[in-house]
Amino acid sequence: MTCSLDIFFLEAVLNGILLAGLLALLSLGLNLVFGVVDVVWICYAELVMIGMYAIFFAYSTLDLPLPLAMLIGITFTALLGVALHMIVIRPLLDAAPINQLLATGGVLFLLQAAATLAFGIEFRNIGVHLGSASLGDMFFSWGRIITFSVALATMLGLRYFLRHSYLGLAILALSQDRHVMPLMGADSRRLYAATSALGGGLAGLGAALMVLQFDIYPQIGLQFGPLIFMVCVLGGLGNMLGGFVAALVIAQFITIGSSCFATEWGYAIAFLFFILMMFIRPQGLLGARS
Amino acid sequence: MSMLELHGVCAGYGGFRALNDISMAVEVGESVAVIGANGAGKTTLLRVISGMLPAAAGRLSMEGQDLRTLPAHKVLSTGIAHVPENRHLFPRLTVEQNLRLGAFLPSARARFPERLDYVYGLFPRLKERRLQFAGTMSGGEQQMCAIGRALMSGPKLILLDEPSTGLAPVVVQQVFELVRKIRDDGYTVLIVEQNVTQVLAVVDRAYLLSVGRVEMSGRSADLLASEAVQKTYLGL
Ligand SMILES: Nc1ncnc2c1ncn2[C@@H]1O[C@H](COP(=O)(O)OP(=O)(O)O)[C@@H](O)[C@H]1O
Ligand SMILES: [Mg+2]
Repeated sequence: MTCSLDIFFLEAVLNGILLAGLLALLSLGLNLVFGVVDVVWICYAELVMIGMYAIFFAYSTLDLPLPLAMLIGITFTALLGVALHMIVIRPLLDAAPINQLLATGGVLFLLQAAATLAFGIEFRNIGVHLGSASLGDMFFSWGRIITFSVALATMLGLRYFLRHSYLGLAILALSQDRHVMPLMGADSRRLYAATSALGGGLAGLGAALMVLQFDIYPQIGLQFGPLIFMVCVLGGLGNMLGGFVAALVIAQFITIGSSCFATEWGYAIAFLFFILMMFIRPQGLLGARS
Repeated sequence: MSMLELHGVCAGYGGFRALNDISMAVEVGESVAVIGANGAGKTTLLRVISGMLPAAAGRLSMEGQDLRTLPAHKVLSTGIAHVPENRHLFPRLTVEQNLRLGAFLPSARARFPERLDYVYGLFPRLKERRLQFAGTMSGGEQQMCAIGRALMSGPKLILLDEPSTGLAPVVVQQVFELVRKIRDDGYTVLIVEQNVTQVLAVVDRAYLLSVGRVEMSGRSADLLASEAVQKTYLGL
């Protein structure tokens, strides 16, 4: 297909915005955890994968209503986030960043291997088809529209929570000066656990939206993980607004590239742009430090 | 029984003893200073009282309650608020958000509005700057914010660690007037200072710390007149 400013191009741009919603949501939890705990959860996409399986089994095997199954998936990944923090991160809180990366990287392979052993390599799908909405001659899948709306609402909600609730403010404060928190009467260990639950829960929310659009298989993290990291780093690690802007940019490269050339080209161009930006602005689009 | 009591308290860092056999007491409604040279152990003393650093030996109590068995984040609820050395504000939170965090304890949240009024009454500058990031204010304003944040929990005893350090002389004077004012408002104050003459002019009593030991203690006028203080700190 050739690339011209026609209706297909407009459709690609709008689809890019909708895709950005998913990327932004997926990057939100990772950014939150990094911003507060100062540790990158390399296994973040694998938490999403586990969440997708949890929802799949709750819905398809246990026959629970979909919203309840999603809630179960979100709770499950929230608990998984807390467990990850207590078992893997907490002992390494003051260790060198490379050790923290290796540890959460180990969890990545552990979760992938465990999922392969437990669920096999077959593709699964919850079999819910939401169809598309049409706007003139353009079509947009409801899955994407819902995902974008939920992502936007979640981002605004999280922002409000962090600035206006006592717990949220304490989490922000912890990210700026962890040693003084006891003088506020706040238990840093509990705040870290709460942050990890929130980060894990956001992975679960991402999973709840992804089961509407994608098949579930143990290696799905390999497909989305690199994209999520690219969005986080491009936006400035730990910067949630930056993640949103970066998601919009990356998604446009992917959808316009795919529409003008081929899907593979979309991803290739996005990564190329990312590498270029890392030379020009290594701290990320909205990041303050390197 | 005194409000705050220390008996034979020792503490340090690794194998290093920074505090040796410290005994002291602070009575309800008093203002007490701890003076001493750089490295004497003044900051360490306040950190032990607020639980930031565990004591290695000795007894430590607030209104009869043993402090040594409490984790650091539980000390605030006994009524001890600590304004640490170098303030430690949250630089990228606003003044008012910093003050909110001072009222983080569930028991303090309900009284947030009235205490905010009190703090803004003490420091009208903070009210003007309530939506500004704390890290962008002048040193004096940041010190006021740090003291305000400690007051937000409604403490009985407030620990101040060198509040005048790095401030312009006019502002230093304001800080000492403030110490007098909050004591008059009913707070008990334990203040660490290097500005010996000025702090002794506003407190009731003082302890002179030297290499981790209490070298001398008494009413501020007596310390000011003593040979030890005159020689070492006033260069007379
Ligand atoms: N974190 C630390 N680790 C090791 N030694 C320390 C630490 N903090 C202070 N010290 C030492 O403890 C002693 C007392 O320090 P400090 O309480 O800060 O004194 P002051 O506040 O009176 O200047 C000094 O000898 C100092 O070098
Ligand atoms: Mg000191």
